Amino acid sequence: MLLLNASGCLDALTAPAVANAFDAFVTKTVTPEPRRGNAPVRIAETDFGMLNAIGLANPGRDVFIAEILPRLARVISVPIWVSVGGFGVRDYVETCEQLARDDVACIELNLSCPNVDEAPESAAEIVAACRKVATNPLYAKVSPHSWDLGETVRAIEAAGADGVSLVNTLRGAALDAALRPKLSRGVGGYSGPALKPVALAAVLAARRATDLPIVGMGGVCTGRDALELIACGATHVALGTILFADPDAPARVREELNVEAARAGFAQPEDAAGVAADGVARVAN
Amino acid sequence: MSRPRRERLRVTAAEAVGPYTLVRVDRGGLEPGNPGQFFMLEAPGRVLPRPMSLCFAPRGELAFLLDPIGPGTTALAALEPGDLIHVFGPLGNGFRLDVPRPLLVGGGIGLAPLPYLAEALERPPVVLGFRSEHHAEAAVLLPGAEVVIDPTLVTEVMPLDRDVLACGPEPMLEAIRAIAPDAQLAWEAPMACGYGACYGCVVELDGDLKRLCVEGPVLCSS
Repeated sequence: MLLLNASGCLDALTAPAVANAFDAFVTKTVTPEPRRGNAPVRIAETDFGMLNAIGLANPGRDVFIAEILPRLARVISVPIWVSVGGFGVRDYVETCEQLARDDVACIELNLSCPNVDEAPESAAEIVAACRKVATNPLYAKVSPHSWDLGETVRAIEAAGADGVSLVNTLRGAALDAALRPKLSRGVGGYSGPALKPVALAAVLAARRATDLPIVGMGGVCTGRDALELIACGATHVALGTILFADPDAPARVREELNVEAARAGFAQPEDAAGVAADGVARVAN
Repeated sequence: MSRPRRERLRVTAAEAVGPYTLVRVDRGGLEPGNPGQFFMLEAPGRVLPRPMSLCFAPRGELAFLLDPIGPGTTALAALEPGDLIHVFGPLGNGFRLDVPRPLLVGGGIGLAPLPYLAEALERPPVVLGFRSEHHAEAAVLLPGAEVVIDPTLVTEVMPLDRDVLACGPEPMLEAIRAIAPDAQLAWEAPMACGYGACYGCVVELDGDLKRLCVEGPVLCSS
């Protein structure tokens, strides 16, 4: 099991020690052109989570490859996963072509950002096109906004993905005292503790549909949360919003995960893999 | 520069200062940092911590002045001695102290970083503006300050031959920038992480959107 950061929730150049506390570092999403991102206000706390509308702010593919990747390589000692975004299949394919390099351990196709317009093609079409050019392992990050996630995951697997990441944020809104949206974009991505049940259900559905590795994420704050995702079928676990409140979360969650797994009767966390998905109660020995 | 640390610290006091609350915690292994730097304070029951600049650094303690206006600041104001909260800092860039003729200007809760700053600058002149007599009670934290109350504005009484270091609401900072282009201004923005991870606190700087927690919160306006 790898412990990762969720894309967009950590800048390794600003906080390299936090990034190195993970088993791999996932970059913020890279798009072909530079993006300023959305105008502030970009974030708002809610009672059980938070909203963000960052809008995939990034320096663009060329600067990322020429400047950011070499700088990352100097400060990061763990494998680098690159999150790739776009607004059409061609964007994804061209970036994957240019990222066919040894210093990129994995590509995660961001097919589900709630803060920008989506590509017109389906997730599976984008994966299939990228598969033809990508030399790196290819993960697809999909949206929880799907009535039949199993079907989406099967299509992504048939298109040649090596793994699935889920969930991205849910679309949400929050209003201020004067009943105006708190975010300048009006709506944003909803994350944090409230997302955990959504993530558990999504991982369960995905695990029933595929044997591919699954990066489970959504509202993980504790080792117990991580163990629950593994029990639902997650192969790996990613931390997102909790990093904002607790930059020491990687080591803490790892430690708690081992304790929680032992408490549930498993010698190691991986032994809990899919026990909830099996629908069979495994009794502690 | 002080290295930021995150520790669980014991609250030693939470006292009312006019409508505001001064929360004091044991310092633990945290450094107080430079005036204008900030700390992320765990707000009990909330998802995200809250950024607060250091108000005082009494021996062995850190003190933060806050205005209980939302769920996070209200939770912080309700802390009691003995409670434990995570505190992470010092973060960001504070005020430059190499100014020959400093003048401190504060508006409302923007006076928060000024007592620690005044100490570092050996008690320079201070101008404070408040919206009411009740809010102006907080001026007790800066003995000798010139105090104005709405509708009088700080910009009406500020001498113009000084190096201005200011913190306050955005319209006040904009008004100061108009008459004192070299002023050092401490800005505020909604912040999730405080250490450059979330990209939530961006402000427009030289035509770019930059993270206030990394580039600021104190920015030189010129």
